Amino acid sequence: MRTRTPAPRRRALTPWLFVAPALAYMLLFFGYPLVRNVVMSFQDYTFSTYFTGEAPFNGLENWRTVFSDELFGASLWRTLLFTVGSLAGQFGIGMALALFFSRRFPLSGVMRSLLLLPWLIPMVVAGTVWRRVLDQETGVLNEALQALHLTSSAVPWLSSPDQALLSVVLVNIWIGVPFNMVILYGGLQEIPAELREAAVLDGAGPFRSFFSVTLPLLRPVVTVVLVLGFMSTVKILDLVLALTNGGPAHSTETLGTLTYQLSFLRLDFGQGAVVGNVLIVLSMVFAAVYLRANRGGVNR
Amino acid sequence: MHPHHPPPPPRHRRVRAAACSAAMALTLVGCAAERDPNVYTIMNSGTDEPYHSWDQEVMDACGDRAGVEVHQLSVPADQLVPKALRMASSDSLPDVISLDGSDLPQFAEAGGLVPLERLGLPTDGLTESALAFGSYEGVYYGAARSVNSIGLFYDADLLAREGIEPPATWEELRTAAAALTEGDRYGLAISALATEDGVYQFLPWLWSNGGDERELDSPASVEALEYVVSLVEEGSVSPSVVNWTQADANDQFIAGNAAMMVNGPWQMPVLREHPERAWAVAEIPVPAEGDTSVAPIGGEAYTVPVNAADPGREQVAAELVACLTTPEAQLDWSTKGSNVPLDPWAAERYRDEVPELSPFVDQVSTARSRTEHVGTEWNTYSQAIGTALQAALTGRASPQDAMERAQEQVESQTGGRP
Repeated sequence: MRTRTPAPRRRALTPWLFVAPALAYMLLFFGYPLVRNVVMSFQDYTFSTYFTGEAPFNGLENWRTVFSDELFGASLWRTLLFTVGSLAGQFGIGMALALFFSRRFPLSGVMRSLLLLPWLIPMVVAGTVWRRVLDQETGVLNEALQALHLTSSAVPWLSSPDQALLSVVLVNIWIGVPFNMVILYGGLQEIPAELREAAVLDGAGPFRSFFSVTLPLLRPVVTVVLVLGFMSTVKILDLVLALTNGGPAHSTETLGTLTYQLSFLRLDFGQGAVVGNVLIVLSMVFAAVYLRANRGGVNR
Repeated sequence: MHPHHPPPPPRHRRVRAAACSAAMALTLVGCAAERDPNVYTIMNSGTDEPYHSWDQEVMDACGDRAGVEVHQLSVPADQLVPKALRMASSDSLPDVISLDGSDLPQFAEAGGLVPLERLGLPTDGLTESALAFGSYEGVYYGAARSVNSIGLFYDADLLAREGIEPPATWEELRTAAAALTEGDRYGLAISALATEDGVYQFLPWLWSNGGDERELDSPASVEALEYVVSLVEEGSVSPSVVNWTQADANDQFIAGNAAMMVNGPWQMPVLREHPERAWAVAEIPVPAEGDTSVAPIGGEAYTVPVNAADPGREQVAAELVACLTTPEAQLDWSTKGSNVPLDPWAAERYRDEVPELSPFVDQVSTARSRTEHVGTEWNTYSQAIGTALQAALTGRASPQDAMERAQEQVESQTGGRP
């Protein structure tokens, strides 16, 4: 009676069995929608498709229409501005706070947990509240600024096309700082104190010790923070919808709101898929950067 | 209340269901669920109380009359169309859908709705506006229970104190709004969002002036936009209106930050919570005395989706629709929900019972449907108008340029002037 598979074959099969559930999950929930979205961008996929089941292929028509719309180029540019601005602010302030809290002082734990609060607030709630705060006439912010005589007239935070994008970036920075702070703080705790002490003994000032000791050792953590931050920022939708709805006069329209508009308001799912694909490509570029950076870390 | 005990499903049905779920897991295509022959589903957007319970009462009564049980499926208004589309792709649409008037053409165009006349609902007793509201390309698909429009709400105490008559023309509105602007208070609040909220509110200016969504660059259309922009430029309307929803405009009015506002009767539940503000309603002012105030008509219509698998159900669904939209049902619903009945008998009774809202009855009688001329393309027009409105209000473009751009945008997306 042969009941046992030859050992080498079984050994070859075993890893695959472990991988199989994850692989099946990935294919079903990531692979399928991804492929579907790419295919959809070459189809005339509209309202009636849902009834007739017919979505004729129309070649590059969707792509041509989207790319020739000046709103697309403007949205792409604004998405990049928004992402770079948000990341710079979130990371800069997050890093400063992380460094600040890595020194021990009374009540630092309490303050650190209080700073986490914005992270716990759902994006739509934060957006709705900030929309009230930033209102030109009745907003708290303008009232405060005017009471302190910091501005002579009310700032049109969200009602001027020249100002609105900056305001959305500022709110997004407020939302993103806790995440950056927590991860960077965690990373700082991992760096042995002796290294910095040694640097100080060797005569390094605070700046030198930060840039030559702390930052290089923190590199893997910094990469993770920036890549994750990029991915969650580049696809921004809910915050913009709650704050400005892409307005005024499209001045805060991003790729995320554009794909939402095309797919769910104009009900042209083919064109919406085109913009969605552009977002996926953008994210993939940064995912590749992330993987490369991580590989570098392991090899060292 | 409904002692129906359906027999256990026959074996082949169970096997089919199992096969169906297996197929679904493999290919991710939806499957039509087997329907209980005694249970009918009506989908609407009545998620809020007390509307949901009021609806359930009416539906139960109509179900009793038709001898079936009625299940009410309420989804938030902005998710109704996406949800219905998903259901359509899996052949599992409910028996009746209460569709927003501006969404009806697309469902009809896709062949998803049954003409109500074919199901035995007569159209000869209907008013012209009721017929127009529920029709697409001359075929009647949707029976409305009540409709609404927008009007000019004003702070009656304040106007009386200042000795200002409710404005009826554009000039009167301009003068009144300027006179009522004082300190933190603006004369008028509107919504000028680029979405349907703001576009809906722009239409009365456009239409009453003889402008038209199909001729956005015509002098009459441009003049309408110039008028709205001038109110903001003169300081009688807050520049923040580019970010205000209609609910925000209502909040500003209630808070006393605006002496008047353009809004609809659906704000009544919130207004009633603030009895300290003695409001009244007038029709939206017209360009000159004697002009007709033309506002958009809004509301939902009961439609019967095509049920290819079981056409017999369409018949019962039509009975339910007929029962839900009788003149008595219209009056009852309109009185409770502060909407306007379409039936002439119900409308007259409504004037007596809710006199404070009777301006809406007048407004509705001259109101126009957004999809009357442009049908399924309305969303394209709406986005172009919203963009023009915001571009002009924020000073990005002159009203003339903004409307010319809007016209170009519409023509390039729909392939020419309709």
